[in-house]
Amino acid sequence: MKSFENINVRSVKEAVGLLQKFNGEKKTAQVVSGGTELLQLMKERVATPQYLINLKTIPGLSYIKEERSGFRIGALTTLTEIEENKSVQEKLLFLSQAAGEAASPQLRNAGTIGGNICQRPFCWYFRSASFTCLRKGGELCYAVTGDSRFHAILGGGPSYIVHPSDMAPALIAFGARIKIAGPAGEKTIPLEKFFVLPQVDYKRENILQPGEIVTEIQIPHPRTGSKGFYHKVRERQAWDHPIVSVSTVLQAKDGTCQEARVVLGGVAPVPWRAAKAEAFLRGKKVDEAAARQAGEIALDGARPMKDNGYKVGLAKSLIQRALLASV
Amino acid sequence: MDEEIKGKGVSRRDFLKGLGGGAIGTAVVSTGLLDTGKAEAYPTEATGTRRGKSVINLKVNGRGYRLEVEHRATLAELLRDQLGFTGTKIGCNRGECGACTVILNGRNIYSCSQLAVWMDGKEILTIEGLVKGEKLDPVQEAFIEHDGPQCGFCTSGQIMSGKALLLRQPNPTEAQVRRALSGNLCRCGNYNREVAAVLAAAKAR
Repeated sequence: MKSFENINVRSVKEAVGLLQKFNGEKKTAQVVSGGTELLQLMKERVATPQYLINLKTIPGLSYIKEERSGFRIGALTTLTEIEENKSVQEKLLFLSQAAGEAASPQLRNAGTIGGNICQRPFCWYFRSASFTCLRKGGELCYAVTGDSRFHAILGGGPSYIVHPSDMAPALIAFGARIKIAGPAGEKTIPLEKFFVLPQVDYKRENILQPGEIVTEIQIPHPRTGSKGFYHKVRERQAWDHPIVSVSTVLQAKDGTCQEARVVLGGVAPVPWRAAKAEAFLRGKKVDEAAARQAGEIALDGARPMKDNGYKVGLAKSLIQRALLASV
Repeated sequence: MDEEIKGKGVSRRDFLKGLGGGAIGTAVVSTGLLDTGKAEAYPTEATGTRRGKSVINLKVNGRGYRLEVEHRATLAELLRDQLGFTGTKIGCNRGECGACTVILNGRNIYSCSQLAVWMDGKEILTIEGLVKGEKLDPVQEAFIEHDGPQCGFCTSGQIMSGKALLLRQPNPTEAQVRRALSGNLCRCGNYNREVAAVLAAAKAR
């Protein structure tokens, strides 16, 4: 790794202050929590911060609290802690499962929920120092002419990464919100508004501005009668990103859908909410034909690349399976 | 060749370690020289850090250490290069293969994916720490018994992941063992024997 200065901070305020200060001095600074993802980028010299601001030394930012309004999870909570939490297992349908299927045991023991949501892409061109791709200030998204088997089928262009987080689609299915601290104080926004499509800005994956830090995830209690379904398809059964993942939360009465959330992972540069399919399902009897049509609607407008057409059918089938398992 | 050097009272491993230590010593000196006159305002002397280096206290295998680490050094590099715990291997150095697995505060982690400077006040268990005097840990014994190692490079990582599981779950099912070892690649493909070894170690206790 290129030499840098690690700074252990004791509070969110101190971290925000340092980020602002370094930004003002035109120095590169980066916050880090679990370290499992950023350090790999630094070893490849894709990321070369002059300052590393270590958030793990901030006390009280790792917690899972169950309140009347829902769950609050501190940004430094590890994926293992979320997976093993009894209340999460009982009440948040598949969130524990999503945490438990991310990466590998070693990475879940160190990796945090805040870091998971702020991951950079795992596109092989982005991760390799040999390619100065669009997202790193170059001119080309190499997936367009290169090997695109794991790239986007929805929402792509001019960059075709897929968002790597396993947690984000699952959290969006629950209607989670994200709390961000920054120079102007704190704000809380819906998690789905956190992510940025490449057509808006292809050099970033989220809206975080210099000086801003994710501090908490808030998850409302699922409505009574809701059923959830999570499934992640990957090339092998261990330590892999999703080829396609589906997270659904369905509230139904006598087989008729009242409210549905359908969120896909691994298909787009952001966690992909299939809003049209959700609208279609409302008031419908969820049978095989409706489930199949919801899949068709969700993938309507998909633009597969040279090597990833298989993802379209896979996503449709997964949606169908998820919906039928939820009624 | 190993034997020959051993005959003179130095093993090949000790000899190589000696070379490594020398190289690091040189690196530290030259960095120090290059740095003069370019000191940054932050962080201050009061935080006990110098540019890119800090003194940390940590426990490895029950013994306390106080030492200066470079901020860019990983825990794996600290263990191997500074402390000589070469049982911890560096395979991919990208958090993918698991050869560098150690136990941090009771949980298995990739030591290549943690900075040494973050280990201040932490407690680490490496493969060397499993041995009690001359007696191997039950997981190590079971790996020998079940031919767990083939080429052996992933073995200490596999054993540490198995050990981390048994610390929390003394009687795991086979599925739990497979899941616990899922972050450790074995390019010899010897997974079934590694799983059998961890299961046998659980029964042996």
